[in-house]
Amino acid sequence: MDARITLRVDGRVRPLALDTRTTLLDALRDHLSVTSPKKGCDHGQCGACTVLLDGRRVVSCLILAVTCDGAEVTTAQGLAQEGEPHPVQRAFLEKDAFQCGFCTPGQVCSAVGMLEEVKAGHPSEVTDDLTGPVTLDDEEIRERLSGNLCRCGAYVNIVAALREEAES
Amino acid sequence: MIPFEYLRAGDPAEAVAAVAGRPGAAFLGGGTNLVDHMKLGVAGPDLLVDVSRLPLDRVEETAGGLRIGAAVRNSDLAAHPLVRERYPVLARALLSGASGQLRNVATTAGNLLQRTRCPYFQDVTTPCNKRVPGSGCSAAGGYTRYHAILGASEHCVATHPSDMAVAMVALDAVVAVLGPGGARTLPLAELYRLPGDAPQRDTVLEHGDLIIAVELPHLPFARRSAYRKVRDRASFSFALVSVAAALDLDGGLVRDVRLALGGVAHKPWRATRAEAELRGGPATEDAFRRAAEAELAAARPLPGNAFKVAMTRNAVVATLRALAEEGR
Ligand SMILES: Cc1cc2nc3c(=O)[nH]c(=O)nc-3n(C[C@H](O)[C@H](O)[C@H](O)COP(=O)(O)OP(=O)(O)OC[C@H]3O[C@@H](n4cnc5c(N)ncnc54)[C@H](O)[C@@H]3O)c2cc1C
Ligand code: SF4
Ligand code: FES
Ligand code: FES
Repeated sequence: MDARITLRVDGRVRPLALDTRTTLLDALRDHLSVTSPKKGCDHGQCGACTVLLDGRRVVSCLILAVTCDGAEVTTAQGLAQEGEPHPVQRAFLEKDAFQCGFCTPGQVCSAVGMLEEVKAGHPSEVTDDLTGPVTLDDEEIRERLSGNLCRCGAYVNIVAALREEAES
Repeated sequence: MIPFEYLRAGDPAEAVAAVAGRPGAAFLGGGTNLVDHMKLGVAGPDLLVDVSRLPLDRVEETAGGLRIGAAVRNSDLAAHPLVRERYPVLARALLSGASGQLRNVATTAGNLLQRTRCPYFQDVTTPCNKRVPGSGCSAAGGYTRYHAILGASEHCVATHPSDMAVAMVALDAVVAVLGPGGARTLPLAELYRLPGDAPQRDTVLEHGDLIIAVELPHLPFARRSAYRKVRDRASFSFALVSVAAALDLDGGLVRDVRLALGGVAHKPWRATRAEAELRGGPATEDAFRRAAEAELAAARPLPGNAFKVAMTRNAVVATLRALAEEGR
């Protein structure tokens, strides 16, 4: 069944006509040629498809595009401002936080969303005091990014990149 | 995936009417379970009625308790100041489940009604009584690491996968439902079924029944509560076993206690026998162990999961011990 929706993707208004079965991930990649979100598992298990939906990090492979009518979607390629990489992207470059790069756009979007959650004071499973302030140490970074798998095992440098971001 | 129509419901009554009037229709919350099942061929609704944007997205204070709208996202519920303060067991259970990205999407009702992660249920090429009644149970003689040790039947040995529900069952949560016949409430513990000879039914809900809220009663001693989850990797993994507990101490004695187990049965398992054993008794490690053993006397482990009996006992003892120490 066909549906008409409008998304705002990386700052551009994108009207779409698509089958209701289309996921947000497929709408971005196959309909709009926005290919920074990657399809790793297509089942919510790897995080490679992570984007920011109305500012919150989500896996785009389990969300039907038709449910997102009117939403604002930011992908890794939309994070840069005026040609300048986002600070998280720069930290990934500086700390060599990737190898093949397949998981990286998802890692970056997830990290950007995660840093907002920390700023809002949201605890994680490893936060000792649920009502106290959050200190983003390595254990917290690992827990909060556990929804993003890296098959190259670049975790050590991903944590290093985000430790830098957390301190700044 | 088979083609389907999509409807964004304007209010709960419209949503109920739309689903009740069509046998192939289903409610859509965040979709993190249902869309997955549609891709796998486990579910094939011909109409999706989106209830994730209904005005059921608030957490409200009631007489000492909380009323949680069905569409509240798991991440928002875990971060809610009153949940963190009054019901830490619930915040911890939520935070131990899935990933940050999934919790941002998953809803309260969808989490309660997520279906088993039994690998055969998810694989349409294998027999499964829950997916195709009467086809057989592939877990019999198969992979049973994540399967039940309590309350199972020869027809199905699956477990309920939700962490959040285990905490809510421990907290005596009540579910508010709007159905084709009107509104009703029922204790969450009574929402879920044991498999018996009808494992295709996870709950007592009928087609068209919409969960609109979960109510948590006033339970002051839940401020001292905890969730312990044992799993195959440190994060982003379902529970092998889990324990939700709240402990009320009177000196060295247990004045009151709430205890529920996850990963062990077709439903979140309220450990009523252990609770009865504990009430009024000493808050000691020995007493905790005896209580866990009383509950687990009914355990019937499978060849592939006998380890879960000792694991559950130890997890109960460790959870209660930590809560008792917190109180000293
Ligand atoms: C990779 C992965 C890992 C996960 N790990 C965990 C974990 O460790 N612990 C855990 O607890 N969970 C885990 N989950 C499951 C996750 O918590 C559920 O998928 C989620 O909570 C379902 O919520 P939803 O809103 O997306 O539900 P949906 O997928 O939208 O719906 C689920 C079911 O509920 C029905 N439904 C939805 N809303 C209503 C309503 N208001 N009234 C009546 N029926 C309704 C739907 O029709 C459907 O049958 C994981 C999921 C994934 C994909
Ligand atoms: S345990 Fe239940 S869900 Fe798993 S294969 Fe058997 S019948 Fe199906
Ligand atoms: S592709 Fe979406 S989580 Fe793997
Ligand atoms: S860099 Fe290759 S998968 Fe992460």
